[in-house]
Amino acid sequence: MELFVSEGNPHCLKVLAALKVTGVQCGVQFVNHEGKVVPFLPCPAVPTLFLPSGQHLFSSNTICRYLFELNGPESSDQCNQWLEWEATILQPALLRALHLAVLQGKGSEVPKVLQGPLNVLDQSLAKGSTAYLTGEAVSVADVVLWGALHPVLSVSSLALSDHKSVKAWSDRVAAVRGCQSAAQKVLQGKGLEAMKSYMQKQPAPQSRDTQPCNGSPAETDEGERAVSEEEMEAAALIWSKDLNACSHPAEKQHPVMPQEGNRNVLITSALPYVNNVPHLGNIIGCVLSADVFSRYGQLRGWNVLFVCGTDEYGTATENKAREEGLTPQQICDKYHAVHSSIYKWFQIDFDFFGRTTTEKQTEIAQDIFWRLHKNGFLVEDTVEQLRCENCQRFLADRFVEGTCPHCSYPEARGDQCDKCGRLINAVELREPQCKVCRQTPEIRSSKHLFLDLPKLETQLENWLERSTSSGDWTANAKQITRSWLRDGLKPRCITRDLQWGTPVPHPDFKEKVFYVWFDAPIGYLSITANYTNEWEKWWKNPHQVELYNFMAKDNVPFHSVVFPCSLLGAQDNYTLVSHLIATEYLNYEDTKFSKSRGVGVFGDMAKDTGIPSDVWRFYLLYVRPEGQDSAFSWADMALKNNSELLNNLGNFINRGGMFVTKFFGGCVPAMELQQEDKKLLAVVGWELQQYIQLMDKVKIRDALKHILNISRHGNQYIQVNEPWKKIKGGESERQRAGTVTGVSVNIACLLSVMLLPYMPAVSQTIRDQLNAPQTCINTMLQGPGTFVCALRAGHRIGTVSPLFQKLEADQIEALKKRFGGQQITASTQPAAVPAPPVVAEVKVVDGSDPEKAKQLAEAVAEQGDKVRALKSQKAEKAVITAEVSKLLDLKKQLALAEGKSPEPAPQKGKKK
Amino acid sequence: MALRELASLEKYLGLKKPNKYSTQGDKKVPVLQNNNAPPLVGLVTIACHLVKEAKRPELLGDGAEGRAVVQQWLEYRVTKLDSHTEDTKSILKDLNLYMQDKVYLAGNQLTLADVLMYYGIHSVILDLAVQEKEQYVNVARWFDHIQHHPGVRHHLPPVVVLRNRLYTSRHH
Repeated sequence: MELFVSEGNPHCLKVLAALKVTGVQCGVQFVNHEGKVVPFLPCPAVPTLFLPSGQHLFSSNTICRYLFELNGPESSDQCNQWLEWEATILQPALLRALHLAVLQGKGSEVPKVLQGPLNVLDQSLAKGSTAYLTGEAVSVADVVLWGALHPVLSVSSLALSDHKSVKAWSDRVAAVRGCQSAAQKVLQGKGLEAMKSYMQKQPAPQSRDTQPCNGSPAETDEGERAVSEEEMEAAALIWSKDLNACSHPAEKQHPVMPQEGNRNVLITSALPYVNNVPHLGNIIGCVLSADVFSRYGQLRGWNVLFVCGTDEYGTATENKAREEGLTPQQICDKYHAVHSSIYKWFQIDFDFFGRTTTEKQTEIAQDIFWRLHKNGFLVEDTVEQLRCENCQRFLADRFVEGTCPHCSYPEARGDQCDKCGRLINAVELREPQCKVCRQTPEIRSSKHLFLDLPKLETQLENWLERSTSSGDWTANAKQITRSWLRDGLKPRCITRDLQWGTPVPHPDFKEKVFYVWFDAPIGYLSITANYTNEWEKWWKNPHQVELYNFMAKDNVPFHSVVFPCSLLGAQDNYTLVSHLIATEYLNYEDTKFSKSRGVGVFGDMAKDTGIPSDVWRFYLLYVRPEGQDSAFSWADMALKNNSELLNNLGNFINRGGMFVTKFFGGCVPAMELQQEDKKLLAVVGWELQQYIQLMDKVKIRDALKHILNISRHGNQYIQVNEPWKKIKGGESERQRAGTVTGVSVNIACLLSVMLLPYMPAVSQTIRDQLNAPQTCINTMLQGPGTFVCALRAGHRIGTVSPLFQKLEADQIEALKKRFGGQQITASTQPAAVPAPPVVAEVKVVDGSDPEKAKQLAEAVAEQGDKVRALKSQKAEKAVITAEVSKLLDLKKQLALAEGKSPEPAPQKGKKK
Repeated sequence: MALRELASLEKYLGLKKPNKYSTQGDKKVPVLQNNNAPPLVGLVTIACHLVKEAKRPELLGDGAEGRAVVQQWLEYRVTKLDSHTEDTKSILKDLNLYMQDKVYLAGNQLTLADVLMYYGIHSVILDLAVQEKEQYVNVARWFDHIQHHPGVRHHLPPVVVLRNRLYTSRHH
């Protein structure tokens, strides 16, 4: 048996005390706070007791109880009760208290936080006649509670000595042999200071029970957040402030240039490769995320430049040109236009959308090349490559086929064998063939230049250390970067034997072009140079400019390691990335997007669905693969459109406006704020603050949830106050109806501003309908969030009409069928879909499954009852709709299990 | 909510006379009114008491070690899962890793830990998307197993955990 503890960790105090008091023999190891002890917990859980059976106990109370039970009887109900109270009531309060005292230096607030639990303990001790909590002998409850409280009780400045019985009891326990020495070991005589480094690693305790913003809180029930008087008054005060009259809505003046004294934000989105039509995954990963952040930045009053463009050089373009019988340039022109129009439809508001096949690209890439050369960061080496004499060119890996040297599979590709899966070096293939002309290529050696990454490694690490600690790098970006560095950097070839690329200017390497990974990121600079001649004010200005790179995770190494090395080696004061924002992957339904298999929705098809661009944007952002992979699903899109946009957000905004029109002749009524209204203002203000905090950290998906929370609060508020009834009542009731209506339309106005980055068109429509002053746009998102009353009494609103349309089930089924492709092709299943575990419950179902059908029938019946009950209780419409859609989903599954077909049956013919 | 859990637990344990409960404080901590003893407070405390009353000690684990593991997961349930401060996704992740090679939370048979964890995590699982259930497949498997354990489910609707359709492509 082995006990793992760490210094300064308050939980270890109890455990060590229990060990001493019980006299159990057990090895003790001190580890640091990051030590990984329990294999299945990602975060360190100290204290941990490693049991002889190989199991781990990672909860301090359980360890203490176990130590006591080893040599004694099972603990009593009363003991159990104290332990549970300690874990669920006392600990949260203690954590808050320690956080205040140790990290925030607010020791004076500690008594208030601990008063409740200490009173409970004090009264219980005073009432009982025994020396200890559960009798005349020390029990596990005494040791656990004492261990928990000792650190705070022993600090006299915290003024906790009012609780006399607690004090007397605590002194008695402290006198038990072993307790004091355990405290000494953990606290080292330093008191609360000893816990500083431990506390710094703990998540900040939330002062109230707030809903965590993860997953889709939209679907979980809202916990009531308690709002204090002060919060309400503060919210009411902000509400009464004036709109920011002086600062005009920031109409951008092109070209945008860095400004002294402002936050200068340069945003890039990974350059899409020109020969593909982007799919939804590409759109959400790069351009759409960047667009939302760029629009948000402007609302915050930052000076933002957002550039992007198509990446046009490389083999794939040459190949595509050959296929379509055009020149590479013609291919690029054609597809650049395709890309432009798709992004335009998605309302991606680039300041400049350029391309990499420009003179500026050649100029800047060659300049960086010569600098790297001059500074000695380029090395020469010989590479063996296959050359097809018939086609007069070196063959890229994907243009060679042959027999696998490992398994003799005759159709192995130049980089990998499909049969045995081994990686292959193209020159090792037996009987290689050029894929284009089927001639046998020959091996030629050819001289190439390599970027000497190992030589730049130290510089790179120093810079990374700074950038990742001061900037907002997503977790995956940091992790991928670390793993590259851990594996050690190797020189990387920067030249290729191709024609379609930026020419290498060195005379010894004529006829060669730059490898696309070296060339493409330079596109950011050259595209900016095509936008303004003074591009260096952005790109050679690290002190004034913050650079945000948006991309999907597969692009991370090129932006965090390779490209920064090029720029560091060129030594020309370049602006390097400060914030690297990488998304995970978006899957399509339950498979991957695939152009070749026709699976998924591609940018150019989205507009043919008849679903508005804003709704596409909303749903893609709602499922943005932020932190983990996510999936696009038609059914879910319909559900979110109908439940969130239509019934929640749209309904709320429409209701407020309709009341003004119908009951108050189109003019915002006078508002007399009561407690309840102020409470709502405080709640809305809090959601707005959360939204701003999350958006500042580019948590786009999480921030969206707070917008939806606001309209949910608003709907509840209207529901409870029933202005449509009150308007028919007496004077005071009518006034109440006026206040509720006025507050509601003002919240709608705030929502229009918060929505702007996500749904620009809808946002503008709302302001048009409310006839809201444009100045509200740059007022509301200032500082930590300023929810002012933008539509004062007497303000005349415009014509109100519904914002969203319902997506019908049959419409969605039709779309699903249309874009479903042939995804039931087992051999091409992407590796990203985790292999199904072999467990008994997973049965192969083709058609009907009576057992499951029975289960589902039960579920349908139960859900049906639930919906009926809700309807009879006149529950909120949004709630009912959500439950109804659950019911419909269940029914669909039931039909499936019964072997009926609510949707296209799996295409059995395609199976292997 | 806790009271409904306790009522279901009583039914599962086959206790004939339903006990009287009330709640305490904002957190609605359940309280068991005992005729001849002081009241018991707290979900885990009461649940353990009921198990003892029903003379089903095996539900609390075998031996000191077994009991400790059961208690640990009971504590996890009321501290982490019920706290609302912990990220539910990270709880699911932890559990999923832990459940990788396990059928039950503690030992090789159903214990009170499984039952209370099931009650507590039900609403979380209910809200997961199909893909997420697939992501936390070990938790989903365990959950499905427990919800089909005779007599456990009572007040909760069954959740369809694994949609077999997801796997069709791999079975041919």
